[in-house]
Amino acid sequence: MCAELLPERITLDDWGYPILDGRPIPPELEAHARRAADACPTLALTIERVRRR
Amino acid sequence: MSVSAPPGTLPRLLTGMTASGPMTLEHHLEIHGALPPFARRRRDSALALVNELERSGLRGRGGAAFPTATKVTAVAAARGRAVVVANGCEGEPVSFKDRLLLERLPHLVIDGALLASHAVDAGEVIIAVDEHATRAARATDKALRERADLARGAPRVRMVTVPSGYVTGQEAAIVNFLNGGPAMPTGAPTPIYLRGVKARPTLMNNVETLAHIALIARHGAAWFRTLGAYGEPGSTLVTLGGAVVQPGVFEIEMGASIASLIDAAGGATEDLRAFLLGGYAGTWVPADFGYQLPLTPEELDRVGASLGAGVVFALPSSACPVTEVAFVARWLSSQSAGQCGPCVHGLHAIATALEQVRTGAGGEGTLARIRRWASMASGRGACAHPDGAARFITSASEVFAAELAEHARRGPCAGCIQRQLLPTPVGPSTARAA
Repeated sequence: MCAELLPERITLDDWGYPILDGRPIPPELEAHARRAADACPTLALTIERVRRR
Repeated sequence: MSVSAPPGTLPRLLTGMTASGPMTLEHHLEIHGALPPFARRRRDSALALVNELERSGLRGRGGAAFPTATKVTAVAAARGRAVVVANGCEGEPVSFKDRLLLERLPHLVIDGALLASHAVDAGEVIIAVDEHATRAARATDKALRERADLARGAPRVRMVTVPSGYVTGQEAAIVNFLNGGPAMPTGAPTPIYLRGVKARPTLMNNVETLAHIALIARHGAAWFRTLGAYGEPGSTLVTLGGAVVQPGVFEIEMGASIASLIDAAGGATEDLRAFLLGGYAGTWVPADFGYQLPLTPEELDRVGASLGAGVVFALPSSACPVTEVAFVARWLSSQSAGQCGPCVHGLHAIATALEQVRTGAGGEGTLARIRRWASMASGRGACAHPDGAARFITSASEVFAAELAEHARRGPCAGCIQRQLLPTPVGPSTARAA
């Protein structure tokens, strides 16, 4: 599910488990990322704010 | 009573060790002397000890090589009465040094645990021992009863036996177990130095690390540094296995070469093909390259290897590396805690594919698949088990590339029928036991 909602950052391994690409999410993808996190049945996905230094 | 120890010589930890059983408290005090008395104000002697540890440069001997003083300081600064855990679980099938310390020199470990407890003002000390290490448990129990200094009050010291297994000896698994849960490395959101055993700040040290603390407290950081290299001072225990005259646990100077370790064991019994460094979560290096490698975390890191908890295994040329690697891969898969999909499925797939390669049933592309799956397993579990297994498989696929390709084409070789050299202890995996 999450890989379909956010293919820009999430791919699946051979068994269907997500592989996350660790890069930050740009503003235009934020809504998609939120939908992917909300859709996760195991609450395994969270979105963290990156602090600008 | 104060006993001076000669600088720059070995053995240190293993001084006076005999094969006849645990060293008595009397003998221990004769060799090492009594612990220096604590200051009237606990804070004074706690601070002095942490400073000495800082200057000594001691790093953890459980595998992660984390600076001990930093760890102690973090727990000491955390809010609430702390707990100290001496980790002697040693789930690594080719490591015996922690068991040896508890079996033969338990008072060094207890000294170190009491010092650590003093440094962080702990109310409780727990010595964690593998449930199947019965000799170690018996020796520890006997040693605890010899100590009159424990009867006089805080902290409470007790021994706890922990279920056997590869992942059960991980810090998080032991904390879970001591808190009444299964001995599984479930990722906790808060680090244990803030919230560990009974939700208290918890200091967990490998038993060898504690034994070093026992000697640093007596003889000082400067003495500790008379052995080893600048960045890696002191001595360390190494379990040497495989094709050497006298396999066993050796105390070496940090930075000693593998060649000198092999010499200490009476030399190799035959031509060597490769060394496994750091255990089943470790790295293979070819023998010719490995001989001159200095055994320090920094030097090994440069070649992508690690000493882990101090393991060197010498694989002879007569053995079949494909068989050895395939069997260990199967065992590593069986030791998954079963918590995370990428670990459960990934390690199983790798082990199955390796078995196909071993028997020549894999077909084209199997070796590439193994390498791809290994690279996918890293960093995707709640614990470091898949990362360690991936490291083992990836380095094996590089070092034994020729043998693997040969097996994939032609199947079993002459070395395949030999006795398996790397042990894969039978017993329930943690996944089934839980």
